[in-house]
Amino acid sequence: MGTQGKPWLISVFLLAIFLIGWHLFTLRASFDQKGMSEEQLQLLEFNGDVIRTADGRYEWNPEKEKVKGVPGPLAVFEKAREELGEAFVKKGTNDHGIGYLVLYTVSRFAAGFLAASVVAVALGVLLGLNKVLFRAVNPYIQILKPISPLAWMPLLLYTVKDPKWTAMLVVFMASVWPTLATTAFGVSSLRREYLQVAAILQLSWWKRLFTVILPGAAPTIVNGLRISFGSALVAVVPAEMLLGELGVGYLSWIEWNNLDISGVIFAILVVGVVGVILDSGFNKLAGFVTYQE
Amino acid sequence: MAFLQIDHMTKFFPSHSGGGPVCIFKDVTIKIEKGEFVTTIGHSGCGKSTLLNIIAGLESATEGGVILNGREAAGPGLDRMVVFQSFALMPWMTVFDNIAIAVRSAYPDWTKEQVTTHVHKYIALVGLKDAETKRPMALSGGMKQRVGLARAFAIEPKVLLLDEPFAQIDALTRGVIQEELIQMWNTSRNTVFMVTHDVDEAILLSDRILLMTNGPGARIAENVIVTIPRPRARVTIIEHPHYYKIRNHIIHFLVEHATHEEEGAEVSNNGSAKREPSIVNFEKDSLVRQ
Repeated sequence: MGTQGKPWLISVFLLAIFLIGWHLFTLRASFDQKGMSEEQLQLLEFNGDVIRTADGRYEWNPEKEKVKGVPGPLAVFEKAREELGEAFVKKGTNDHGIGYLVLYTVSRFAAGFLAASVVAVALGVLLGLNKVLFRAVNPYIQILKPISPLAWMPLLLYTVKDPKWTAMLVVFMASVWPTLATTAFGVSSLRREYLQVAAILQLSWWKRLFTVILPGAAPTIVNGLRISFGSALVAVVPAEMLLGELGVGYLSWIEWNNLDISGVIFAILVVGVVGVILDSGFNKLAGFVTYQE
Repeated sequence: MAFLQIDHMTKFFPSHSGGGPVCIFKDVTIKIEKGEFVTTIGHSGCGKSTLLNIIAGLESATEGGVILNGREAAGPGLDRMVVFQSFALMPWMTVFDNIAIAVRSAYPDWTKEQVTTHVHKYIALVGLKDAETKRPMALSGGMKQRVGLARAFAIEPKVLLLDEPFAQIDALTRGVIQEELIQMWNTSRNTVFMVTHDVDEAILLSDRILLMTNGPGARIAENVIVTIPRPRARVTIIEHPHYYKIRNHIIHFLVEHATHEEEGAEVSNNGSAKREPSIVNFEKDSLVRQ
């Protein structure tokens, strides 16, 4: 046991337990009209809590049920089917299909993350090669690194005056520091012999950078990028919520404003799935540049 | 003037425990002729690797300089290639690429075919044809250093600097690679400066062995001529009458003299020849020493 067995079987089992538990927990007893006077029932109907069925009995109003308590898995599934069915439909300026929303979020994320990575790696190499500069700048990096990227948002919004750019810059801010710090560390702790060989072989500065320094520090740089990737992914959702920019984070917020809790849960699931897909793509890329000593 | 000359070289290091700088070695002068194989032996920390790094241009001397072929050699260059104790192969490159990057730097105007042919020649020379596309991670220590040697010989440097090249290789493989090195050197006849603390290795490979005293303030105390004719082989060299004489002399030096030889020897010398290392030559039966 232990190493034997099939993990996916256990995964499926856990999911089934979770779904059944969720379903049972959110199940609501059907409306019981015993012991209620006709006036009470009419009042409930007037308030929209119950509706009269064709055969003259009363039932909970399904429309009002949607905003009462936590929706069950079936309701969320229904919502998901509905949303995915019109994934690439634009119903209005602010009502784009889920496919578009994912696209907006991913492109916003990719632009911020890539820009931050290029800047951070370039600066990191510079600092890694120049120990004096590194030690001079390091205190500032240490102060800026722990600041939540969302804390920058008001300032960024005030400065660039455009929510689209602000959201991207928030992603930028979230992903620049970890990569910068680890790149500088990776380059400065590159084995001395590699640089010595490069010096003896009289490699030009560019050649030294691209054949020795960057590949040599690649495993460390990739680790930094991975941390940046995570924090950028975490930052992009609330940035969209706060800025009202169309995207997955926006979806979650707008569904909350609509008091559509199924929609909120669906949005959360979409965020998770998008994160997993981006992450596995990143890991594939990372595999190409790392080496083992 | 000798082909490679280390001229009155002194090296100070900043002290770790505060206080003034520490003198690693002092007023070292070494003259090496073209095509000569010279080895320096000394205890760990006597500064022999520092000396080698200064010749390579990877570190700078506090005083004195390196003269190669009549010119001062400052800074690293393709004319002085180092074979590192830690191999210093780029782990992200294949065996071929590790050698090719050196060849391309040494012969920038060669065509791709010329570079490939040249690299293949040296890969074949160290018997690594089958490992050409492997990365260093997949190689044993011995194979890694074969790549290191191939890379160094491939750029045909004026001086080959061997920094304890076989220290990290298991004893059985070490002997095999030493003989491979002899064969490669026999055809190329580069000038070689090696640093080691393996006495047998030094005798097998060198024309002369310089014995270094312990630091701080280390100096070259003796210049032992290896009076054993070439070609030498590991199996037959020990039968030569001088082998154990030389070996015992060096080990005796390392055990007895390296530490407190300083004052004793200097007093017995006449002031003028104070820093001149004494020559030990078993061919001329009488020891010139003292």
